[in-house]
Amino acid sequence: MTTATATGKAPAADSGSILLTLMKARTFIALFAVIVFFSIFAPNFLSTANIILMSKHVALNAFLAMGMTFVIITGGIDLSVGSIVGLCGMVAGGLILHGIDLQIGYTMYFNVLEVCLITLAVGVVIGAVNGLLITKLNVAPFIATLGTLYVARGFALLSSDGQTFPNLVGKEELATTGFGFLGSGRVIGLPVSIWILIVVALAAAYLAKYTPIGRQIFAVGGNERAARMSGIRVDRVKMFVYMFSGFCAAIVGIVISSELMASHPATGNSFELNAIAAAVLGGTSMSGGRGTIGGTIIGAFVIGILSDGLVMMGVSSFWQMVIKGIVIIVAVVVDQAQRRLQQQVTLMQLAKKG
Amino acid sequence: MVDNHETILRLDDVTKVYSGIVAVKHATLELKKGAVNVLVGENGAGKSTLMRMIAGVEKPSLGRILLDGQEVEFHSPADAQKHGIGMVFQELNLFGNLSVAENIFATREITRGLRGIDHKAQVERANHFLDKLDAGISAETMVEDLPIGQQQLVEIAKAISLDTRILILDEPTSALSAAEVDILFKVIGELKAQGVAIVYISHRLEELMRIGDYITVLRDGQITGQAMVKDIDTKWIVRSMIGSDAKDFSKSVDHKLGAEAFRAEDICLPRKTGGLAVDHLSISVRAGEVLGIYGLMGAGRSEFFECVIGAHAHSTGKIFVAGEEIVAKDTSTRIKKGLALIPEDRQREGLVQVLSIAANLTLASLEKFVKLGFHISGDREQSAIKEAIGNLSIKAPNPDFDVTSMSGGNQQKVVIGKALMTNPKVLLMDEPSRGIDVGAKADVFRTMRRLAGEGLAILFSTSDLEEVMALSDRVAVMSNGKITTILDRSEATEERIVKAASEGHKSAGNKFLEETAP
Ligand SMILES: Nc1ncnc2c1ncn2[C@@H]1O[C@H](COP(=O)(O)OP(=O)(O)OP(=O)(O)O)[C@@H](O)[C@H]1O
Ligand SMILES: [Mg+2]
Repeated sequence: MTTATATGKAPAADSGSILLTLMKARTFIALFAVIVFFSIFAPNFLSTANIILMSKHVALNAFLAMGMTFVIITGGIDLSVGSIVGLCGMVAGGLILHGIDLQIGYTMYFNVLEVCLITLAVGVVIGAVNGLLITKLNVAPFIATLGTLYVARGFALLSSDGQTFPNLVGKEELATTGFGFLGSGRVIGLPVSIWILIVVALAAAYLAKYTPIGRQIFAVGGNERAARMSGIRVDRVKMFVYMFSGFCAAIVGIVISSELMASHPATGNSFELNAIAAAVLGGTSMSGGRGTIGGTIIGAFVIGILSDGLVMMGVSSFWQMVIKGIVIIVAVVVDQAQRRLQQQVTLMQLAKKG
Repeated sequence: MVDNHETILRLDDVTKVYSGIVAVKHATLELKKGAVNVLVGENGAGKSTLMRMIAGVEKPSLGRILLDGQEVEFHSPADAQKHGIGMVFQELNLFGNLSVAENIFATREITRGLRGIDHKAQVERANHFLDKLDAGISAETMVEDLPIGQQQLVEIAKAISLDTRILILDEPTSALSAAEVDILFKVIGELKAQGVAIVYISHRLEELMRIGDYITVLRDGQITGQAMVKDIDTKWIVRSMIGSDAKDFSKSVDHKLGAEAFRAEDICLPRKTGGLAVDHLSISVRAGEVLGIYGLMGAGRSEFFECVIGAHAHSTGKIFVAGEEIVAKDTSTRIKKGLALIPEDRQREGLVQVLSIAANLTLASLEKFVKLGFHISGDREQSAIKEAIGNLSIKAPNPDFDVTSMSGGNQQKVVIGKALMTNPKVLLMDEPSRGIDVGAKADVFRTMRRLAGEGLAILFSTSDLEEVMALSDRVAVMSNGKITTILDRSEATEERIVKAASEGHKSAGNKFLEETAP
């Protein structure tokens, strides 16, 4: 049999890498199951129009879930993303509709690009506040982000007194038109939000795999003390993940307002739970150190397809909740069982050979 | 083989397969009652795996376990415990957030019916076992406040308190110094007299010769030799372990020492319980010099190293590298300035368990492989990893496997490799040879000499007298947070070092001296 040697790349490496590929493929099973199920039971499920509509829904959750994945990998949690979505939507809507009143009888208006940049900055700043609370003031992530959840939602409601900012078409003379492009525009047949998702997802996956900060995110979640002793600036890494999560939430805020051409302060309520579910379905470990962007995106697809498919089948919304909960639990249980099974299979193969 | 001891447990042709590797191959082993059964072998030979099967942590893939001639199957460590088998694992298994007494009686708390746990009785009983080991620990202390050596004593006390028929000790002394080892051996002697079968695993060969009755040698998962300890010598052990004679690690050709490379001035670190863990310590080391720091447990060696690397925000004092003062207090800047630490507790401070072997190796030196300011170049990283694995002869079937899938000694080599990859100017090594086999020790020591030859300043701590004498250009002896003596290699003798080490020491050290002093 294989005698391990220092360079031992031989048979041991092969069986090992097969196992690793199998492990990576495991998240696909749930996705495959929901797709097959709904293509049989939901009419029109596989039509192009429906697929595009669904991916737009999925995209929203996927953005949040990507940010959440990094946070969870460091061993934290970000409950504030739903509220950031709401607040950032209000910021974007408010800027387009009312601009910034400079109190000297002059109001400053921004074009759509500037509005988006400012909104993204707001999301990042709230993320930074989370990060500072957690790193500098040693507040537990759950509590810190629970706090900002309320604060951000409160500000969103305050900004309009609980009212909706309607009709965000903007005015030609102020150069504030064109906001709708992000939500309903298309480039080469695909919605703009999907393109943004593809870009952000590729960037995040690249970041996780090929950059020092990506490595460090995993190290901090795996063993914070060892990471610190290895010279990793743990606080910086944590700041980064919460800021990135805020950034992702801001994108969602912008896209939703743009799709609806209106901003409502209650938007994004409980989105954080869907994001956590997607990350966990995708194989992110709640105890930190493990997870992938690809897995999370698949997790977001499972949850998104499930909700939309049930609606198309005409299942009542109460039952939808029950089913969604069960699927989340079952998927994770199956995932665990499958892991064990795979290990046993390799063991048996090896035992036969040896 | 002549023997007059009864067999209590027999492993019959057992094999253990992990994904990607066969850890134990068709091994047959008998454990003798009232004797110390010694197990030796290189890192990754399969010693711990073999014992984990007896302790119910792992199940053999093939083969049987016979206890008193009856076939048994253990489904969990608790199961094995019920059959009278206890084990001190190579890596510590304590709850840091619980007290020593609570740890010792975890899962078998002393209760008073409905009135819950009888904490007083637990503390009393725990203190009894700790006193037996002369641990100098109060049973009410939190485990996380104890240095790793004392934690190891707690583990041993816990195993002894189980009152088992078979007691497995997997490298129980890797963090203990001579005084504690002596006391442990006395306790082992008592247990032996009571008829307990003891399994003893260690890489300190002279310990094996002192305490062992039967010796079994493992190599690549196979049993390659069995003998009575009284019939053999250390040379025999080494030969059957690695197949050739020990490589010599003593001093190579002398090289010139350079200018001062490292200086610490007036380092102080307050203890949680009051007093100073590091007490106004100053030292200077020249480029190319190897400074050995010897001391008993609790002398403050690890704490001193941690202050230097910036792990204690509230320590005071000045640090200079190559004449330049390092003002920054954080670890990352200090590593960038050329300091590197190999921590003593590899599980807590050295390794990120969920990452692969490769990712652990490069963790501290990622920027070396970065192109364009952000991209990790896969090729460069891979070749560096290959080089490190080769240089330190790390036995890694595949660098992409989890680091925890390796044997303890190989994990230690990964921690060493990680520090070396940062290209340090000053290397701090806290018990670098902890848990590595004789061959690897020689490799590490030769690496240290080579690095010193290349102009590194090396400070290393050890509890092994022989090691400190063989390897150091100068020996600093620490006691109670202070350096009590600094000896040149030419003037260092074992007596002087031992004497200096116990100066100002109250606990175990003194008693040991009183008993053994001429
Ligand atoms: N959980 C695991 N998964 C995969 N391989 C493992 C696992 N545990 C141990 N091994 C492999 O089994 C082999 C034997 O390991 P073991 O820990 O028994 O060695 P050891 O003799 O105790 O070495 P050391 O002296 O370093 O402690 C090693 O090659 C190791 O890589
Ligand atoms: Mg071992």
